[in-house]
Amino acid sequence: MTAVPNDAAIVRERIESPTGQSLRRFLADRFSAAAMGIVLLFVLLAVFAPFIAPHDPYETDLFRRLQPPAWMEGGEWSFVLGCDGLGRDILSRIIYGARVSITIGLAVVMIATVIGIVLGLAAGYLRGWVDIVISRIVDILLGFPYLIFAIALMAMMGPGLKNIILALVLKEWVVPARVVRGEVLAAREMEYVEAARAVGAPRRYIMFREILPNILSPVIVVSTIRMAHVIILEASLSFLGIGVQPPTASWGSMVADGRAFVLDAWWVSTFPGLAILALVLSINVASQGLRDAFDPKFSD
Amino acid sequence: MKPLALLGRTLQLVPVLLGVSVIVFVMMLLTPGDPVEIMLADQQATPQQVETMRHDMGLDRPALERFGVFLGNAATGNFGLSFFHRRPVFDVIAERLPATIELTLAALLLALVIAIPLGVIAAIKKNSLVDRLAAVGSLFGISLPGFWFGIILIILFAVHLKILPVAGRMDFACEVAPVTYLLTIDSLLRGRPDCFTNALSHLVLPALTLALPMAAVLTRVQRTAMIEVLRSDYITFAEAKGLSRRRILWRHALKNALVPTVTVAAIETGSLLGGNMVVETVFGWPGLGRLVVESIFVRNYPLVQAAVLFYAVTYVLLNFVADILYTVLNPRVKL
Amino acid sequence: MLLTRSSATDRPAPLLSIRGLKTCFPTRAGLVTAVDGVDLDVQPGECLGIVGESGSGKSVTFASVIGLIRPPGRIAEGSIHFDGADLRTLDPGGWRRLRGRDIAMTMQDALTALNPALTVAEQICEVLVAHAQDLPRRNRWRAARARAIEMLRLVGIPAAESRMDDYPHQFSGGMRQRIMIAIALACRPKLLIADEPTTALDVTIQAQVLDLISDLRREFGMSVVLITHDLGVVAEHTDRVAVMYAGQIVETGPTRDLIAHPRHPYTRGLIGLIPRLSDLDAPIKPIEGQVPDLIGLGGTCRFADRCELRLPECRQDIPMRPVGAAHEARCIRAGEDLP
Repeated sequence: MTAVPNDAAIVRERIESPTGQSLRRFLADRFSAAAMGIVLLFVLLAVFAPFIAPHDPYETDLFRRLQPPAWMEGGEWSFVLGCDGLGRDILSRIIYGARVSITIGLAVVMIATVIGIVLGLAAGYLRGWVDIVISRIVDILLGFPYLIFAIALMAMMGPGLKNIILALVLKEWVVPARVVRGEVLAAREMEYVEAARAVGAPRRYIMFREILPNILSPVIVVSTIRMAHVIILEASLSFLGIGVQPPTASWGSMVADGRAFVLDAWWVSTFPGLAILALVLSINVASQGLRDAFDPKFSD
Repeated sequence: MKPLALLGRTLQLVPVLLGVSVIVFVMMLLTPGDPVEIMLADQQATPQQVETMRHDMGLDRPALERFGVFLGNAATGNFGLSFFHRRPVFDVIAERLPATIELTLAALLLALVIAIPLGVIAAIKKNSLVDRLAAVGSLFGISLPGFWFGIILIILFAVHLKILPVAGRMDFACEVAPVTYLLTIDSLLRGRPDCFTNALSHLVLPALTLALPMAAVLTRVQRTAMIEVLRSDYITFAEAKGLSRRRILWRHALKNALVPTVTVAAIETGSLLGGNMVVETVFGWPGLGRLVVESIFVRNYPLVQAAVLFYAVTYVLLNFVADILYTVLNPRVKL
Repeated sequence: MLLTRSSATDRPAPLLSIRGLKTCFPTRAGLVTAVDGVDLDVQPGECLGIVGESGSGKSVTFASVIGLIRPPGRIAEGSIHFDGADLRTLDPGGWRRLRGRDIAMTMQDALTALNPALTVAEQICEVLVAHAQDLPRRNRWRAARARAIEMLRLVGIPAAESRMDDYPHQFSGGMRQRIMIAIALACRPKLLIADEPTTALDVTIQAQVLDLISDLRREFGMSVVLITHDLGVVAEHTDRVAVMYAGQIVETGPTRDLIAHPRHPYTRGLIGLIPRLSDLDAPIKPIEGQVPDLIGLGGTCRFADRCELRLPECRQDIPMRPVGAAHEARCIRAGEDLP
């Protein structure tokens, strides 16, 4: 920054909303912005998979069974990352696999956040027996290790995309609910809420129009972090064979497929795992940047 | 801590444990397929036989009554018969448990050994290269899918370098009479260093896979706690006393900065239980986690149910232990 | 330790001698000069009071003396000599040997200054183990323990031997303050820096703690620097006073003389703030205005903006000027007879 303050900048800062400022801080952090770029890239891959993938992800070709990546002996550039045990193109399957990870990640976090907001607001603002019931349920659900809860539910409901989403949401909503409840408990003592109450605003109006917009940013920050977690959970379930079922390409089940070939075809497991790592790492970096941007006091 | 406070805190466990049992019970109720039919699937059973068995197992009674029976049985360790093993579920679980405990303890130890010094050094040399590397490392640590990382380790160390075994807990050639059922400790107790190295070589990779995400979390906790502590008055006072830097850092600062780390470690140990399923599957580790995954595929529901209940209760108790540890280690906090 | 004795004068060589001390802290808003050109002497055996509001630089001055200015803060200029040694050339090992043994410090709040996770016994024994040369090499901790008990008794901890294995939070506030003093004085230092020793305490306990410090000073023959914002404390327990304002000393002199005849308007304002027992009904007149920012000061009397007596000439750097026997003030009107 120059020594002389730029008047225009000061004026702009004044009229900009806190959220706008946070977003600008976020984009100024090049590292997080790059991570966000990678996340968006994966989203694009998922959306336009049929146009991007070089091959049909389900087309088996036994002549290409365990064909190595292009740069190795026996590899071909049209099958850059090689082929799996059924001769399917690994790159294409990874591109299609992004659909599973991102669909489940987004769906679980979004549904869970909505449920968590409603229940957290109710518990924190209404207090009384509503709070007691919701908090007890939260406590009980927190009593289960996440993966075990999901595995138990999947064992009961059977595999499949919808069941994964349901199993994860049933546990995931606890996280935003706790965050929201805590924030509401702090917010309900604030002046703006008391003012709204004093002028006789209806409860639902105060909860959703007064309090919610003011506590939304920590909830969003937590939700983005959780998305990374959910993606790993889905991949773990699919890896164990109780998640997305073959032949659907899911990164977790692709890694599992490769287990049989660790001795002679390392690429079958390695590349889908790298895709998980890249996406999850990017989400984590981006959400860390988001957290710092929204709440500078954390950046230490 | 006052005994009364401890008692109160213990009583708070009751509703949570009860709720956990309800959920496990309901999960079983909602499981599709009749358990009796699954059990008798490979036999030509008459409807009469099915009905008798249903009655014997109490499945024809109302849900609430069955829940009472379930609770009573659970409290006495009676989880029924594992129809796959044709043995009591309790025995099957008890047999697999030591392997899981050994793996979990090794991972916990490894995570602490990595995280505490790393977190402390990162805090002392804030914004240095070490600090940045630790930050990047812990980002990777929390982003690594454990099942994949385990396979990569196998490819590297077992397949290519051939210095560590691919799977299992110990070679058959080694046989050590059990004491604690933890093979590394038993082989030391029985004076068999060859078996010890054998067991250890099997343990390294799964323990590392399991420990890494935990180490990542703990490093951050340790760093933050240490930075906080180093700013406090008692560190300034310790410096004003002319104590050595070593004593100030590793005695005055660390004793306080360990409190959050130990607490989080206890909680995270609960999360290791979940990670166990994946890691045991990858490394063919004969523990409880792998047993559960196998049981799901053969629809051995009584075992799954018992194991889930066991995991949940352990998890709740670990959180309880974390709470207690926090108050014990931190004399200022009153319960 | 390198001894560079100052040239012989009539008065005994001061134990501590600070000249032109300037301590700065870079902040986002600019360079804060928390201490700006402080000259101070502490004589052997005397009790010097340092008075000022928070932010006046009184604590930073003595944090500089004991080498506890945390980076990025630093001593920019000036010299500090203690017992003939130049403290600004001290290496870390030299500091370790000096602190706790020759110069000791107590902090404002014993609750935060004592380590909550270590027993009182450990916290007092460790100073002895670190510094006391006459402890035996073997069984050092046990020997230190005996001496620690003696020290705790001296500061008035009842049942010291049985209670020393308790943790700090198990003691009352006054007892904690005594424990902190015992730790600071365990090695019989030549100089004790007592930073706001009474601020965190109840009024009744304040007097006890101050009396304890005075008693121990006489018993050990040490010098004490009493840092406080309370002129009342200074009036009763010190031989000499230095009043600090915005990083500078604005008035210094023998306590009795300074209280009776304050020459700097700021000191006069402070004395107006002391409730007088003889005149409890008189309204306390606070000083109007705020302490100035410590960024880019200079070219003016720092108190001018709050001063009722200011003249156009006050807009320049004002030097200290003598106004009596060993009594100086930083005010161009200090010599005038004012109401």
